[in-house]
Amino acid sequence: MALDAGLVGRSYPPSAVYEVGRAKIAEFAAALGSADPVHLDVAAARAAGHPDVIAPPTFAIALTLSVAASVVEDPDVALDYSRVVHGEQRFVHHRPIRAGDRLVATPTIEAVRSMGGSDLLTTRVDVATEDGEPVCSATSMLVARGEG
Amino acid sequence: MSARVDAADVAVGTELPEQVYAVTRADLVRYAGASGDLNPIHWSDRVATSVGLPGVIAHGMLTMGLAGRAVSEWAGDPAALVEYQVRFGRPVVVPDDDTGAEVTVRGRVAVVLDDGRFRVDLTVTSGGEKVLSLARAVVRLA
Repeated sequence: MALDAGLVGRSYPPSAVYEVGRAKIAEFAAALGSADPVHLDVAAARAAGHPDVIAPPTFAIALTLSVAASVVEDPDVALDYSRVVHGEQRFVHHRPIRAGDRLVATPTIEAVRSMGGSDLLTTRVDVATEDGEPVCSATSMLVARGEG
Repeated sequence: MSARVDAADVAVGTELPEQVYAVTRADLVRYAGASGDLNPIHWSDRVATSVGLPGVIAHGMLTMGLAGRAVSEWAGDPAALVEYQVRFGRPVVVPDDDTGAEVTVRGRVAVVLDDGRFRVDLTVTSGGEKVLSLARAVVRLA
């Protein structure tokens, strides 16, 4: 079933606040095998000009992918999530995510498209501090593969 | 960490050092926990094969993260990577052994932008096949 082009531009309420912890940043960096001290050591991060340890450039996915995926549950979108795969990902950073950030993520449908029986849904998730400072945008294109 | 690359030493055609990363099942479990992506196609052969995959595959975002690490380490600063995008072209199949799969990351400066920014185009392969396409990073160098 093709997605309605009228969905483009639809926004959803912001997520609950996600508080970024030093241990979570260290865990994510370790999962990428990164030993850069700006992820692990507050003193090293401060020496590099950051207020606290900073996250690797793809860390935002830990909060944004589930927000992008939640759009699939909109009854007007109603894709079969068991058939959904991650097609594309893009990040635009205004500044690095850092420990102590209290972030909210707001999804907006940016594009819908059908191709070869599959539905393609592109959702931009804008990440800002709870005070409204923009931090990054994470755009996920999800593909719901057609039956058979 | 690594020495910072100087913007004055970078031009169109500058190549990043090639990086080869091993990805084992243990790495997938670690990434699943760190990212919160618990999709069983990344840890269960039974589920992966039931949806038509050859076996357990790596998270696309793990591959993207490793390629991002290669760019960050070249730039000498993870904060230098201001824009980053990929298309997940082909899955990285990770066998259940001690060796796992290999992900190879190559990069080349393709465009000099304004404000000390450069576009780096990445070639990311596993087993000789391209696994990411349109993989591009914009890096701001001092």
